[in-house]
Amino acid sequence: MAELTYREAVRSAMREEMRSDPRVILMGESITGYGGSYAVTKGLVEEFGPKRVMETPIAEAGIVGFAVGAAMGGLRPVAELMTVNFALLALDQIVNSAAKFHYMFGGQWSVPLVVRTVSGFGQLGPTHSQTFEGWFASVPGLKVVMPATPADAKGLLLAAIRDPDPVIFIEHSLLYSTKGEVPEQEGLEVPIGRAAVVREGTDVTLVGYSRMLLQALHAAEVLEREDGVSCEVIDLRTLRPLDYPTVVESVGHTHRVVLCGEDWRTGGFGGNLLSEIQDRSFDDLDAPIARVAMRDIPLPYSRKLEQQLIPASQQIVDAVRRMS
Amino acid sequence: MYRKMVQIRHFEDHAAEAYAQAKVGGFLHLYIGEEAVAVGAIAAVREDDHILGHYRDHGYALARGCDVKACMAELFGRETGLCHGRGGSMHLADASRHYWGGYAIVGSHIPIGAGMAYAMQYREEPLVVLDFFGDGATGNGIFHEGLNMAALWNLPVVFICENNLYGMGATLAEESPVSDMMIKAEGYTMPAVQCDGMDVLSVYGAVQQAAEHCRSGKGPFFVEAMTYRFRGHSMADPELYRDKEEVRRWRELDPIPRFGDFLVQHRITSPQELAEVNEEVEAEMLEAVRFADDSPWPDPDSVDRWIYAKPINSEAPEEVPSRAGNPAGAAT
Ligand SMILES: Cc1ncc(C[n+]2csc(CCOP(=O)(O)OP(=O)(O)O)c2C)c(N)n1
Ligand SMILES: [Mg+2]
Repeated sequence: MAELTYREAVRSAMREEMRSDPRVILMGESITGYGGSYAVTKGLVEEFGPKRVMETPIAEAGIVGFAVGAAMGGLRPVAELMTVNFALLALDQIVNSAAKFHYMFGGQWSVPLVVRTVSGFGQLGPTHSQTFEGWFASVPGLKVVMPATPADAKGLLLAAIRDPDPVIFIEHSLLYSTKGEVPEQEGLEVPIGRAAVVREGTDVTLVGYSRMLLQALHAAEVLEREDGVSCEVIDLRTLRPLDYPTVVESVGHTHRVVLCGEDWRTGGFGGNLLSEIQDRSFDDLDAPIARVAMRDIPLPYSRKLEQQLIPASQQIVDAVRRMS
Repeated sequence: MYRKMVQIRHFEDHAAEAYAQAKVGGFLHLYIGEEAVAVGAIAAVREDDHILGHYRDHGYALARGCDVKACMAELFGRETGLCHGRGGSMHLADASRHYWGGYAIVGSHIPIGAGMAYAMQYREEPLVVLDFFGDGATGNGIFHEGLNMAALWNLPVVFICENNLYGMGATLAEESPVSDMMIKAEGYTMPAVQCDGMDVLSVYGAVQQAAEHCRSGKGPFFVEAMTYRFRGHSMADPELYRDKEEVRRWRELDPIPRFGDFLVQHRITSPQELAEVNEEVEAEMLEAVRFADDSPWPDPDSVDRWIYAKPINSEAPEEVPSRAGNPAGAAT
């Protein structure tokens, strides 16, 4: 094992896959000399050159459309969209191109494309602080991955690049500097579509992903220490295809669930997850499924205001306390 | 080329008839009047050059030599269709012929064509991409993003703008500050020519020159074909926005008799031979309609097939997907 930051883990997945597969190319805005707005691609143009690490115009729809074409032409593009807020400009290409071609052309070809992007906040104001995983996860044909740890960031990105389908890979800006153990063996994948039980428990299941996984783990510690409540914590890792069996099994022995997300309550990913768990596990549930989500308010700039809105471990703790 | 144009014309006449009988549903956009553009352009390039076009796409498929029966069956929504009934009229495609399809989101395939061209350039393959779209598409941002990237990276794409004077019901004057679309290529330092889209030889010459330019590594080229659709935008179009006199004047320029007359005048063929071509093609189309009519519907249980190449929670890809010029899995 080696200790890497989340940022280094993402970078090392790209580097390893680029070394072993000459079809892999990167493209994005300010990803060469600048090193990427979150410095993830730093050093890669120096190693692989501008033909494989392409500096692009500020044209999100064009970048994804171009990457779709490059994938159809036999390459394995990894397109970086600076943040998920800007990915909105590329929604058409993601939804109507990448997600559709394998289906609508009757399986004649697939689109092996990775769109890497970032959600997160930190006084960035209403247009730069959003997260839209629920939108992407609603689209058949896409795979949506949101790693929480350096090991998963690396292993899942390797799997995403090798996957024949389009994968939306959403990183989190507040996780980039977190550290964790990452297997040293090169090229080791973490499979897409598998959740992980990261903490075993008996009284309640906390379901999270990305930054909210860390918040859930923190909440679990607090609840154990202060309330003697034993939480099982599940990291979804992949939102589509979602690993329902792992969730259902957990609910089968804890009988209580809290869904932890950062996106808006209305239309957010947790809403759909809630209805699916209710369908699958209704008889196992001893309490209504609880949800932690962003209130339906744009994220303001002011630190004082922003802090009120960002979902954190305290809300998870409160949700569990309300249940029992 | 004469036969190809007649094929497209007769194919679409039959498609329109089938639409009236509710055998074809949804949107049906006819290319009638514009046949010389697809036929001239596609004849001017290699068989392994790549083609992408917009939703008015029957012409590209037939000009590229896609199976006529499978094209008709696709319109009929049958399992034997080119895309097994998943795509329909607007999404014909045949990757084995390097025809990558009809794209129904206006302008969306413009950067896609540029990306494909990048893959060719990356592997140093001497291939070009033909990317067809309408005048209306040039108002969309994605057109500009695609041209910008193609020019920036010197990619082998021939952009072919079919200027038929209308974007659905919008006239050129309503949709664009310039009526010559080739002017829009200038800002991207892209060489451009205009050709007579009602004359198959004019299109052939322009695209030959453009493809030559791309193939020799000089970057993208813009061809504007001046043309006209004789029928409405789609079958649902009452054509309130243009007058009958205008349509009549353009019909006089019909590319099929025009090229036929040329062939006869130059003693390349005889009127009888042309009549025979028409008869043969008509028989072929009747056969295609019969085939489509008799073809099985897709199995209802197959409705969720092909959402993924590597379906949910399975270990192995369902099948090895085909890729342009690059056997799947093969490193470059
Ligand atoms: C992004 C998008 N907006 C609107 C439409 C609806 N639409 C379909 S065809 C069309 C007109 C396109 O005109 P043009 O590009 O000139 O092609 P033509 O139909 O004349 O061949 C419109 C507006 C669409 N398919 N996609
Ligand atoms: Mg038009």
